[in-house]
Amino acid sequence: MHEFSLMSAVMDAVENSARVHGAAKVLVIRLTIGEMAEVVPEAMEFAFEALSPGTLSEGAELTMTTVRPRSRCAACDAEFEHDRYHWSCPNCDSLATELLAGKELYIESIEIEDGPVANDDAHNDRVQQQSDTTVERSGHE
Amino acid sequence: MKVEINKPILDRNDTLAARVRKQMDENSIYLLDILASPGAGKTSLILATIAALRDTYRIAVIEGDIASQVDAQRIKEQGISAVQINTGGICHLESQMILRALEVLNLPELDLIIIENVGNLVCPTDFYLGEDAKVMILSVPEGHDKPLKYPGVFQAAKAIILNKIDVIDHFDFNEQNFRYDIERLNPSAAVFPLSATTGEGINDWTQWLDVQIASRTADKATADTRPIVVQPSR
Repeated sequence: MHEFSLMSAVMDAVENSARVHGAAKVLVIRLTIGEMAEVVPEAMEFAFEALSPGTLSEGAELTMTTVRPRSRCAACDAEFEHDRYHWSCPNCDSLATELLAGKELYIESIEIEDGPVANDDAHNDRVQQQSDTTVERSGHE
Repeated sequence: MKVEINKPILDRNDTLAARVRKQMDENSIYLLDILASPGAGKTSLILATIAALRDTYRIAVIEGDIASQVDAQRIKEQGISAVQINTGGICHLESQMILRALEVLNLPELDLIIIENVGNLVCPTDFYLGEDAKVMILSVPEGHDKPLKYPGVFQAAKAIILNKIDVIDHFDFNEQNFRYDIERLNPSAAVFPLSATTGEGINDWTQWLDVQIASRTADKATADTRPIVVQPSR
């Protein structure tokens, strides 16, 4: 269930960014998840439902784009897609391959509803402090 | 309005891991992260490793467990510094926990720090802790099919230890199948069949580790050894 830790990190970054941009509400959160990362999307959704109430992200749509693993063969230079278990080169059967994509754990972007909050430095400092304490707290779940 | 964030989810963890890495480099310490399921023999392997290398290197251990001081106590009985991290339910260690543990240790007096991660074959895999290498232990009773069930941890490991080979005759464990699957998943991984309790095969493992530590201390240029860094494809 490390998805709770991952989603806590997502929430910190999203809430921070939303406040800096003076958002009244977060409408959409877009993540990119590689198929070779140890992440179960349903567990991410569950964590989001548990963590988001009372935040700017409450009720937001969580979208996760999954990335198929892709590798390049060091022997014949072929590039190919594959699943989690088979990453030998389909062209020459070499096992010396380099993973190009598939391990992503990435926050892409958010959609926000504009709010009336001004974007001043003092406000940003407060947001930074809040963000730090949240990270600290996530170590004691 | 769309706001681009474009940040790894583990950005904060990676930033703190870089701080761990810096402290290791400044003090010429090799940091080893050991992963395995509960009961695979992590603490026994660490004790056997300490016995073999304690005359060559100054060693400390960071113990990660959900609760209890049991493992740290076993290490301290050998006269080795041990810090216990109790995660209180979290299923893996994160860099901020390692940073806190390092505050307790006398880093200039150390050459090797061994992290015993929380017993789990899934969650610790994605968390970089600033380590030089992740090593995973599979024990014979768990079965030879584990690489196919938990590919991530077998792919993240620089070395894979097959522990409890002294009881292999009593289990339906096919070492050939195991090695075949490892070769498909992680062809560059070193594999060490051994028994941490009888000592069989321990030398091959500790000699490998010895070479890793020596080559790292000799070549400080290889500061960041993360095997795979992937940016999202667009």
